[in-house]
Amino acid sequence: MKSLAKLLEAAMFAASRPMTLDALGSLDPDSSPAAVAAAIDEIREHYDVDGHGVEVVEQGGGWQILTRAEFAEAIERAQVAVRPQRLSAASLETLAIIAYRQPIGRAEVEEIRGVAVGGVLKSLHERGLIDVVGRAEGIGRPLLYGTTPQFLEQFALRHLEELPRADELAIALRGVGASLIGSVDVN
Amino acid sequence: MTLPALRSHELEGGGFVVELSEFTGPLDLLLSLIRDEQVDIYDIPIARIAEQFRARISSLGLNEAAEYLEMAARLLRIKAQMLLPGVDGDTSWEDPRAELVRRLLEYQQMREVVDLLEHRGEGRRHQFARQWVPQALDIAPAQVPLALSLVDLLAAVDRVLRAAKEPTLHEVVPRALDVPGAMAAVRAVLSLRRSARWFDIISGHSEPWQILSVLLALLEMAKSGELRLTQARPFGSVEIRREVASEAA
Repeated sequence: MKSLAKLLEAAMFAASRPMTLDALGSLDPDSSPAAVAAAIDEIREHYDVDGHGVEVVEQGGGWQILTRAEFAEAIERAQVAVRPQRLSAASLETLAIIAYRQPIGRAEVEEIRGVAVGGVLKSLHERGLIDVVGRAEGIGRPLLYGTTPQFLEQFALRHLEELPRADELAIALRGVGASLIGSVDVN
Repeated sequence: MTLPALRSHELEGGGFVVELSEFTGPLDLLLSLIRDEQVDIYDIPIARIAEQFRARISSLGLNEAAEYLEMAARLLRIKAQMLLPGVDGDTSWEDPRAELVRRLLEYQQMREVVDLLEHRGEGRRHQFARQWVPQALDIAPAQVPLALSLVDLLAAVDRVLRAAKEPTLHEVVPRALDVPGAMAAVRAVLSLRRSARWFDIISGHSEPWQILSVLLALLEMAKSGELRLTQARPFGSVEIRREVASEAA
């Protein structure tokens, strides 16, 4: 590997969070963004071709060295690391709404889900997946919530735009509707 | 023999049991009914679905949860509105199910995102980063060891001690009241004149212990009939008058 690639590898090894392109670039001011991107590719290829137990993953707005999925169970069995807990269905629903409608207030989330979400919002906030991003105009100036970089990290998303657009989802919906009509005809 | 009876009694009085794992809310339950019945979401047979919704929440013990009850009521209202005949030629008639359908579609759309997030999150759960820390703990400031030598610590202590002012210490001296002394002073004043006022005896810069001594001396002398204390009005100046009897004595 070139010396720039080695430097970036060392930095990503030391960091516990994804490193942004800016952060990686600042390690060597003489290197262009293109050179940094090429160096990242070099490390990634090196890990893949030589067959390492870790890989370079792009997520949460940056790059991070992660263990390969196939070793997760063995690592957990040996209690070297613990997998994060799965989120409940209620938490996931709330998170999905916030991800798409942010910044969004509690009342709107409740309107879409049809249930009270106060407790769920609190636990999502404690987990660092959402944060207060502002206050709405109007009576009481309710808090507005948005997702955090940790949300992207935990769901292996590079950025929010990686989620399907709302209109793409609508097409999928119409497909479901059509199949339902079809099955009614059989009856 | 009594056991089955007891059990059924318990079931009847079971009260509020929410099957949290099964449905996340009334819309979730409604959507699952629509799916099970294989009906068109744009043309919901509202009477049938409303009846099933009611039956399901009562069998699941959800009929005491406000959100499910509210949905049951909403379904009944839509059912009633559907039964009302539309006025002929009235083009402004709106399907009473429209709002419900809009909400169901919105909810369904969100559920698709949930599936996607679940899939992505599951994949990510199988990969560890270095120094993985539980998400909740991540918010707290990182526990990093302090880079500190003993010399630094002692220097800091020295700086603090230098900067600190000499503490102001107050010494509390117990001082006994001098009642006999005060009595002598009162007698001395009264030997010159028949009456005196409080402020004739107490000077402006008397110490508290002196004031208390005089007060006790006056009370003591009044008790023994040596003098008489009068006060013309509340908080007025106290007049101290020699008792005629003691004068005679």
